[in-house]
Amino acid sequence: MRLFVGFAKKMRESGGESMEIRERLLKGDKRAAARLITMIENNEAEAVEILKDMYGHTGKAYVIGITGPPGAGKSTLTDKLVKHLRKQNKKIAIIAVDPTSPFTGGAILGDRVRMGDLNTDPGVFIRSMGARGRLGGLSEATRAAVKVLDVYGADYIFIETVGVGQSEIDIVKTCDTTLMVMVPGLGDDIQTIKAGIMEIGDVFAVNKADRDGARRTITEINMMLDFNGGNWRPPVIPAVAINNEGIDDILEGIKNHMDHMKETGEFNKRRIANCKFEIIDLVRQRLMNTLLDKSKREKRINELSGMVASREMDPYTAQETIFNDIK
Amino acid sequence: MERTIRVLVAKPGLDGHDRGAKVIARALRDAGMEVIYTGLRQTPQQIVNAAIQEDVDCVAMSILSGAHNTLLPKVVDLLREEDASDILVVGGGVIPGEDIPFLKEKGISEIFTPGTPTDTTIEYIRNNIKRR
Repeated sequence: MRLFVGFAKKMRESGGESMEIRERLLKGDKRAAARLITMIENNEAEAVEILKDMYGHTGKAYVIGITGPPGAGKSTLTDKLVKHLRKQNKKIAIIAVDPTSPFTGGAILGDRVRMGDLNTDPGVFIRSMGARGRLGGLSEATRAAVKVLDVYGADYIFIETVGVGQSEIDIVKTCDTTLMVMVPGLGDDIQTIKAGIMEIGDVFAVNKADRDGARRTITEINMMLDFNGGNWRPPVIPAVAINNEGIDDILEGIKNHMDHMKETGEFNKRRIANCKFEIIDLVRQRLMNTLLDKSKREKRINELSGMVASREMDPYTAQETIFNDIK
Repeated sequence: MERTIRVLVAKPGLDGHDRGAKVIARALRDAGMEVIYTGLRQTPQQIVNAAIQEDVDCVAMSILSGAHNTLLPKVVDLLREEDASDILVVGGGVIPGEDIPFLKEKGISEIFTPGTPTDTTIEYIRNNIKRR
């Protein structure tokens, strides 16, 4: 009985807490936003309920993705872009995604190092997120965090991610405009032909443009972009973020893309496409979780893996076996 | 699944040596924690703002400049002002033994001096975070 009373009390308190989080978040409370993102990261069911209630308040913020290879200067560039936007008194939120160790689950999230002085600006909210090795979960958690920061009242939300791997490309499908940050000297022009990178950027910045080879990198990117069809031709903008050079041009590029999207109706189309992607992603995850529910099926999958490795069975038959088990 | 512990590793004040902080950051990472590293020369206000936005369980500060008696309690005070006293605060670095009782009285839960095995720090954080 005492246990039950304790449980009921706990439920009441947590219900109270989540009501309180809703109200505080709508008022733009930073702690409420921070706590809700933690709840999302820890897969607390309560967080989804709050997001459901809050969804009507989202969709107002303009979401900008910043991606590119490690060391390209994404954090430094974000820092400078945000400082410029702050002069227009815009409320900014930044989600900085860094990789998680697949072995220990730990992570070092270091993007704040380059954003030290944004830290004392009350109009800026920065949150670092680790990928945490969840099955497709990074993009889901990031999308949920975007919703939280949207309700919190950010005018612009920046998502900064390491531009390698599928999950990062997925994150881009949360954004209204994607800024691809490149640097000179990363390889020959074959790198720019490779799928992915050239297809997701709406605006290209070539950072560290004071270095050797910058003109060539810019030319190569331009040449590749000339082959792309579509009615938006991404600009390629040189920048030296650390010296504040090219920042206005990049903001103008983002603004032009935003205007273009809104004038052509592309904005709504992209948002619908992003929502479609999100729904499918959520369904896929739910299916995967059901199919591969560890407690029920892990032993079976391990057995089959052994058989496939020793060539007693092929992986295609193993797949059919698992599906038949579920039916 | 076990909840991931989030720790802010910060260098308050003006000393420019963060090898120790980086070793700790790396050790906590290897222990499966998420470490938010803020870099050098942080003011107490910067540290507290970061701790709140990142919603960390623990703030771990490394300090070698001798200003620990001023800066570390300041962080605890600011956290209290922000109604965030549920965040565990620990310190490390070159801190004389006679200052430790004062720091503990001011709300810094533990001080790790040079030579402390990283496992000791990891275990302490695991066992003493205040939330859930």
